[in-house]
Amino acid sequence: MEQIQIPPVDLAVVAPLITVVGWAIVLLLVDVFFVPAGQKRITGYLGIAGLVMAGAVAAPLWGSDSSTFGGMLVLDNFALALTWIFLLIGAISMVIALDYLPRQGIEQGEFYPLIMFAVSAMMLLGQSANLIVMFLGIELLSITLYILTGFAYPRLSSEEAAMKYLLLGAFAAGFFVYGIALIYGQTGTVQLFSTAPGQESLAEYLGRQTFAAVDLTLLLVGSGLVLVAFGFKVALVPFHMWTPDVYEGAPTPVTAFMSVGTKGAALAALLRLLDMALPSLQPIWLPVLATLAAVTMLLGNLGAIAQSNVKRMLAYSSIGHAGYLLLGVMTVSERGVQGFLFYLLAYSLTNLGAFAVLIALEQRGEAAWSLDDFAGLWQRQPFLALAMAVFMLSLAGVPPTAGFVGKFYVFMAAWEGGLGWLALVGMLTSAIAAFFYLRVIARMFMQEPVRDVQPQLFRGLTLGISIAAAGTLIFGILPTLLINVVQQTALAVGR
Amino acid sequence: MTDAVPLSWVLGLSGALFCIGLFAALARRNLVGVLMGVELMLNAAIINMVAFWRYLEPRFITGQNFAIFIIAVAAAEAAVGLAMIIAIYRNWQTVKADEVDSLKG
Amino acid sequence: MLTNYAFIGILFVVALSFPLLPLIMAFFLRPKRPTTIKQSTYECGLEAIGDVHVQFKVQYYLYAIAFVIFDVEVIFLYPWAVAFDQVGLFGFTAAAVFILMLFLGLLYEWKKGALEWI
Repeated sequence: MEQIQIPPVDLAVVAPLITVVGWAIVLLLVDVFFVPAGQKRITGYLGIAGLVMAGAVAAPLWGSDSSTFGGMLVLDNFALALTWIFLLIGAISMVIALDYLPRQGIEQGEFYPLIMFAVSAMMLLGQSANLIVMFLGIELLSITLYILTGFAYPRLSSEEAAMKYLLLGAFAAGFFVYGIALIYGQTGTVQLFSTAPGQESLAEYLGRQTFAAVDLTLLLVGSGLVLVAFGFKVALVPFHMWTPDVYEGAPTPVTAFMSVGTKGAALAALLRLLDMALPSLQPIWLPVLATLAAVTMLLGNLGAIAQSNVKRMLAYSSIGHAGYLLLGVMTVSERGVQGFLFYLLAYSLTNLGAFAVLIALEQRGEAAWSLDDFAGLWQRQPFLALAMAVFMLSLAGVPPTAGFVGKFYVFMAAWEGGLGWLALVGMLTSAIAAFFYLRVIARMFMQEPVRDVQPQLFRGLTLGISIAAAGTLIFGILPTLLINVVQQTALAVGR
Repeated sequence: MTDAVPLSWVLGLSGALFCIGLFAALARRNLVGVLMGVELMLNAAIINMVAFWRYLEPRFITGQNFAIFIIAVAAAEAAVGLAMIIAIYRNWQTVKADEVDSLKG
Repeated sequence: MLTNYAFIGILFVVALSFPLLPLIMAFFLRPKRPTTIKQSTYECGLEAIGDVHVQFKVQYYLYAIAFVIFDVEVIFLYPWAVAFDQVGLFGFTAAAVFILMLFLGLLYEWKKGALEWI
């Protein structure tokens, strides 16, 4: 009988991933066996420690360019940068949840391991070079997020949001696997690009073909289905209907977490798929994606104008921001990848901070998220008002903030990539968006309080908001700090 | 025996299954029915993977591999979905999709 | 080529006739003398009590869900079992890690009280 060849396994490639997953599993058991009820923030501290440790494990790997498991997982600077961003997102989400959970009466220790599982899924997506791994990453991420969305169990809105999210997510998963099956049928492989000479892969398959000669229908239909699934996960416009409901119903730290993490991870996977496996099909997918991005930016921001509930407004604005992120994804260039990473970090910090401010305004049983509740915040809680102002300016893309540099970066990438009209659409929609972001600031600083809302600040929350605000300002004033790092990553992905 | 059934037949079966699942997922009011529709869609993809493996690329087991992963993931998804439906039922006393509607779009 | 399907068709017809034929024959051959006692609902010799649609305990569904998960995860062990003599120590380690994770899951479930029948 023929001996099965076992590919060599390089554990260094998956070291950060194993750290997070292993820690999460152990933490789940430690929590249920040793942490007494009511003391669940201990689990939170341990979870944050695990994420920090994973970040440290990843540090010496910077600059490596390797793959393992037969090329299914790759580790390059792009994946590493994403890993750190996702770890940061996870850590900040945990920090702002430390006080939120007991205050809402939904303190369950499982929250923190679940966040860690979601983070590991995002890291997996950032590292995947294979459609199977990509599918696993998306599903692991989605399933943990369904549970997290319904985490405020007896609360009706939370359950409803989770159910909607699950049905649409499962629906998208069906499209995703069917699309992959069709791609496999055409090419006979699910590997995105070759990591070893002679390895079969999509990029290699397309490199071999002369397009006039071969009928690529299956591949194109399959890619289309996969794109639809990504559209659902990232909330691009024709597939965004679930977003406002789910974001509103989910517990606020979870909303913060998934509004930045899911988009980042799914778009990073899409970036690898488009830029490294299907670059030769760019003439076909570029018009489709450009249209999607334009419609997403437009409708996301227009939808946000109509909202008087700030949490819902941020949900719509996150749809718009997915459009901006997509700009970096679709220009197959180093500039695009750099822009994507920079924008992702800037947007993550800003959005996490903004949702953290919402948490401070959320009392048990009653959420004070209407625009009126923000009126006069400056007089009651100057710290909160200032921080919120920074986040709103950054989301709007006003100069001394990271949001501005990020927008500038992706618009530059679009412009250089020959998508000048799209960059113009982006600037136009940013101008529209400035209206409703600045409206919040105006309410906070120029109006008297309408309702008696007592914002509550706790240590964890203050810490989270401070980190987010500081990051937003530092990367806005001294963007070169980050740009230098980001520039090293793009070289690896654009091989 | 391999060519007893042409590949297009199998693909037709999986396509039909996918469409039935799609219809169920879109048209059913019962949440359990929607979930079943989604499972049908996933199963259609599994049939596709295995068929393509058998007819086109029998040297590598990628297709089989993927089929196994889809089955496992689908089970996990169904488990979470069913648990959630139970939770919904306890709260609302219904499993009809359009009656679970408190968040305004 | 497609004649192979004829066998399946024949099998299908035979399988279908197997339960149906006796029933149809019995319908024509049996004597028909119904009485009230004969037509009453039969359930272990007693009158049926209560509704047919009994509400099961939620615990019952939780069991079912847990069973589905553990049942399906076993699918990953099949390929390992088939190729056991060819994948050697590496395959054994991988399968052991996998089973360990399943075990930890079971441990969690047990401690959470999902296995208690209330």
